[in-house]
Amino acid sequence: MSESHSHEDVQKHIKTYLMVFASLAVLTIVTVAVGYIHLPIWPALIAALVIASIKGGLVGAHFMHLLSEKKMIYHLLILTFVFLFFMFLLFIWAYNDQQGVHSLLIFI
Amino acid sequence: MDIPYTVKTRPDTGVNNAKLGIWLFLASEVMLFGGLFSAYIFLRVGAPVWPGPLLDHVYTHASEVLNVPLATINTMVLIGSSVTIVMAWASLAMGDFKKYKMYMLITILCGFAFLVIKYFEYSDKFSHGYFPEESTFLAIYFVLTGLHMIHVIGGIIVNLYFWGPGAKMWDTDPDRFKHRIEIAGLYWHFVDIVWIFLFPTIYLL
Repeated sequence: MSESHSHEDVQKHIKTYLMVFASLAVLTIVTVAVGYIHLPIWPALIAALVIASIKGGLVGAHFMHLLSEKKMIYHLLILTFVFLFFMFLLFIWAYNDQQGVHSLLIFI
Repeated sequence: MDIPYTVKTRPDTGVNNAKLGIWLFLASEVMLFGGLFSAYIFLRVGAPVWPGPLLDHVYTHASEVLNVPLATINTMVLIGSSVTIVMAWASLAMGDFKKYKMYMLITILCGFAFLVIKYFEYSDKFSHGYFPEESTFLAIYFVLTGLHMIHVIGGIIVNLYFWGPGAKMWDTDPDRFKHRIEIAGLYWHFVDIVWIFLFPTIYLL
């Protein structure tokens, strides 16, 4: 975030923080409601991760000020998620191998 | 000798060292939780029944074993504490130290509230004989929520320091203190985000 903040800037931020809080509260209720529908595992997992990603994105963008962060932090985060992606690929590879599928990209 | 670039922007990175440091730490935390989280997901999708057999009973939904209402309250408590810690920072940005103290205290109390609720949750599990050794589900549940709880405790200790003795820096070096609160806030928000992912995947899938 920029190094100096005027009172007006901060006041605007505070309004946004409260709106984000309300959105997070509503999305938490949606998460619980979707959980009680008892969808099959894959749709349930995807729904849970999509809602959680939206919530996490709201916290990151507004509370952690990632909307107005410096390039260096963005580069660092991109690198982190690249490593995370490759770690997930390793898990998928190992999982598929257990199922007798010797491929990295088919998830069964 | 003063530590360089704690407040001033370092020309080659474009940020101050404290901020780069906390983001590097959080990057390592993403890998830590990411590894455990993916282990959980693969155990979950690979299991024929989940949570499965547990002390002479076969459960088909995690919500039958875990206390969803308590975990929902805990989610709200953590989200609320994320708002209050960012409000603590905003109060300092406006030069209002009294409000900072109030918001930081609420953040700390929310942290303790999370732990108290977790205590009730865990003691209920233990009283039923639900220990990590009983099933894969309980093992991964205790590892993930336990590791997260340790992070909450760490955050409370840092926040307590900045609310108590560490707050003296406001009188001597207010800019640096404001930055410190921003850094503490980044960590606390990360802990919140981890819970945001753990809650639906562990309690509701």
